[in-house]
Amino acid sequence: MDTFQDTIFKLKQYWASRGAIIQEPYDLEVGAGTMAPETFLRVLGPKPYRVAYVQPSRRPADGRYGENPNRLYKHQQLQVILKPTPDDVLEQYLGSLEAIGIDLRQHDIKFEEDNWEAPTLGAWGVGWQVMLDGLEITQFTYFQQCGGIDLDLVPAEITYGLERIIAFLQNVDSVYDINWAPGFKYADVRLADEEQFSVYNFELADVSFLWREFELHEGECQRLLQLFAKVDDRKRFPVLPAYDQALKCSNLFNLLDARGAISVTERVGVIARVRKLAVGVAEAWVTQHTPDQKAVA
Amino acid sequence: MPDFLLEIGTEEIPDWMIVPALDELHRRFAATFGSFGGDALRTDGTPRRLVLMAKDLAEQEPDTQVVVQGPYVSAGPKAAEGFARKNGVSVDQMATVNDAKGERYIFHHHMKGRRATEALEQKLPEIMASLPFPKSMYWTGRGGVRFVRPIRWLVALLGDEMVPIEVAGVRAGNTTRGHRILGSKKPVTVSIGSYEQVLRDNFVIVSAEERRNRIVAGLSDAVHHDPELLETLTYLTEYPSVIHGSFEASYLQLPREILSTVMRHHQRYFSVLQADGSLAPEFVAVTNTDGDPAGLIRQGNERVLRARFNDARFFWDSDNRRKLSARVPDLAKVTFQAKLGTYKDKTERLAALAASIANTVGADANTVSLAALLCKCDLTTDMVKEFTDLQGVVGGLYAQAQGEGEDVADAIYDHYKPVSMEDSIPRTLEGQVVSIADKLDTLRECFRIGLIPTGSKDPFALRRAAQGIVKILFEARLALPLLPLVQDLPELVSFLRERISFYLRDIRNYAYDEVNAALAAPWQTLADLADRVDALHYIRPTEDFEPLAASSKRIKNILSQAGFGSAAAVDEGLLQPGPEADLYQAFVRVRDEAQAAYGYREKLTVVASLRPAVDRFFDTILVNDLNPAIRQNRLALLSSLLTEFSTIADFSEIVTEGAAS
Repeated sequence: MDTFQDTIFKLKQYWASRGAIIQEPYDLEVGAGTMAPETFLRVLGPKPYRVAYVQPSRRPADGRYGENPNRLYKHQQLQVILKPTPDDVLEQYLGSLEAIGIDLRQHDIKFEEDNWEAPTLGAWGVGWQVMLDGLEITQFTYFQQCGGIDLDLVPAEITYGLERIIAFLQNVDSVYDINWAPGFKYADVRLADEEQFSVYNFELADVSFLWREFELHEGECQRLLQLFAKVDDRKRFPVLPAYDQALKCSNLFNLLDARGAISVTERVGVIARVRKLAVGVAEAWVTQHTPDQKAVA
Repeated sequence: MPDFLLEIGTEEIPDWMIVPALDELHRRFAATFGSFGGDALRTDGTPRRLVLMAKDLAEQEPDTQVVVQGPYVSAGPKAAEGFARKNGVSVDQMATVNDAKGERYIFHHHMKGRRATEALEQKLPEIMASLPFPKSMYWTGRGGVRFVRPIRWLVALLGDEMVPIEVAGVRAGNTTRGHRILGSKKPVTVSIGSYEQVLRDNFVIVSAEERRNRIVAGLSDAVHHDPELLETLTYLTEYPSVIHGSFEASYLQLPREILSTVMRHHQRYFSVLQADGSLAPEFVAVTNTDGDPAGLIRQGNERVLRARFNDARFFWDSDNRRKLSARVPDLAKVTFQAKLGTYKDKTERLAALAASIANTVGADANTVSLAALLCKCDLTTDMVKEFTDLQGVVGGLYAQAQGEGEDVADAIYDHYKPVSMEDSIPRTLEGQVVSIADKLDTLRECFRIGLIPTGSKDPFALRRAAQGIVKILFEARLALPLLPLVQDLPELVSFLRERISFYLRDIRNYAYDEVNAALAAPWQTLADLADRVDALHYIRPTEDFEPLAASSKRIKNILSQAGFGSAAAVDEGLLQPGPEADLYQAFVRVRDEAQAAYGYREKLTVVASLRPAVDRFFDTILVNDLNPAIRQNRLALLSSLLTEFSTIADFSEIVTEGAAS
């Protein structure tokens, strides 16, 4: 039987053979593969792109101290972006399931409506959750908007929930029992993160420290975006570092939220602050990648 | 006469959007191609195809004549020549007609009927591309065609001919696709005659009715009847098969509400019932496959359900470690509405309001206060975060498990009820009180800051809240005067009056004028109001009533024309013997009898008996006597009568035949 890593290798191989760049995870804390710049920024503008990568995704509020067999503070997504979407995208996707050893003739596959939306990113799309014998294994989305901008080419985003799919393939009831590599279970590799980060996120994180950090990153992002509006040489301007600052804020917001530190009145406002940064970066990125913007500005 | 077939092949359409889309396609096709006589239409569909089949289309639509109006002869020869040239004829080939303004040229334009293929080619793409969906998308690039999901193939056949249309870069042809997994991997060729059979051979059942029957055939009598779920599954599959699974009986220790919600809403399974009506440790799933030969699908679904139930059990155990009563302060972290603060604030207002209502209607104050304090606490539990639809229900279940007492638990469990006009009201008086207080608080607060529903915009579901209060008060007949509770908010008063009126008209089926007449009287509680309308409705067909209502209107006019506003007593000494004195005596008798009568029906019957005396009075007496004292006395008599009439309902609101004609 394939291990966790075998299955990941096979999925990467499958998409690589269909022309996708295989990227490594983004090296900042993110809540989903969508937030990595390989998706968030690359879907903007008219340039075709194809990429696949595993993205460890942190959702502080979903932590369960390692006690729940299916809920994780940090889970792994395999994210595929195909821009523009090939006409046979669903056939290709089903092929990827065959490639990791799912005999589709022996199973029940359904595409059930699920429209994805990320208010902090100003992004939404329509699509499905893909159900395999009643288990949600993939989120499939046709992006329509990102950073509040209508997309030129409509990309398909395929997000595989790796723990779920692989627990299914290995026929185990708890993600912690998944064989990660010969001789190593998921629990050996990850249980300590789940325990410790649950304690930190829910109990020990210093709220005033997190708020200060949030404001520092927000300030830095705003400073860069304001500078961008004024500079002449936009080609080399650090829009990507500005996006890193926005990502930091997004993760800090999630942490504060899990910690129960965001009061009612603040919550909507903080989401809007993060969204403003993301939208600002998206606009700057599009401007940077569109020829002759200087004349317009 | 050829038949016509259209298949729009797409990626999976959300199940609930398929039927409305087919209906609209049907309607548009009939409207656009009605002139071809193709009225024998059938539409049908699966998640991957919207299908339209028309029988016996005319190959050509009938020719038509259109009369084009030209200039008047008086406009001179230049105008006439211009018009003739435009229509490709000479002036002497045109006829003239006379209308009100004189003689004018007309041209009989002969319109040759379009050929069916041309018409289809011209109109079909437009019909398809503009089909409305609740949520649509683009996929060919910005500004491209919008549809519910990408269109991947099209079949358009008129008899043996392909209709050469193109939508979103997809050219129509004579090839379709089978079931994603079980069908041919390549497109398969169809003709009109073979279409459904070819698809069946490729594991697609085009007929929704047949798919539905296939599912129903697989459900035993023990399966919980659930038409809505059946409909969902019919449109979620192209080749449905029914499989039976089971789960460990130990999960049955979890509340049934939670098990059912997991099965129905999360997994789309039917539940199975035991002979005594309780849940059996079994479920029925519908797959999009030809059976489950290796049993893997059953195993997979069982494992998913087990994981879901484990989650629920985990939530149940961990939530119960922190009692609802300990969670009250946590409500300060849950938003009620951005401008209206938190659920902690709401709970405090709601508890005070509930206590005062309990006092008025004689509910148990301790039960109501505790239920009100705890009813929102389940919003802080993981169970409600997971199963939002179960808010309230979960609170009730936890209250019961935590020993808060049956009455408190029931009141919490029911406090969102009724969620619709069809839903029942809370089972207990205390539950009714908490439900009313919760909804009334929401209404009061929203109206206070100007969040008032307009037209179809009602984001806080205030109409439903108001209707819920009204339904409870009418059905439970609580002794609670409603409008005084909101008299500081005039807009809310009229909003509630409108809901009350709606309930009486649309749910209880009273005539609108009966409802208006009762609403205009000095009613106290909704139970009182209901009795008044009932009495009015009861007395209305009797022969005395409508004439009396007409007289009532006449009296009202006389008094208003005379500017008579005082409540002066009648001076018996000034009454003339005959009809006037008779009327007064009848009035005194009726007043006393009505006071003694039991219930509004009896009272109204007594009042209606005044009619002959009133009629005789108006037949023979002139109110405007020359002697002002007599005149004033007569007005006083009429005023007393009107007061007597109006105590139960304002009769002048009743639309009588006389008034209508």
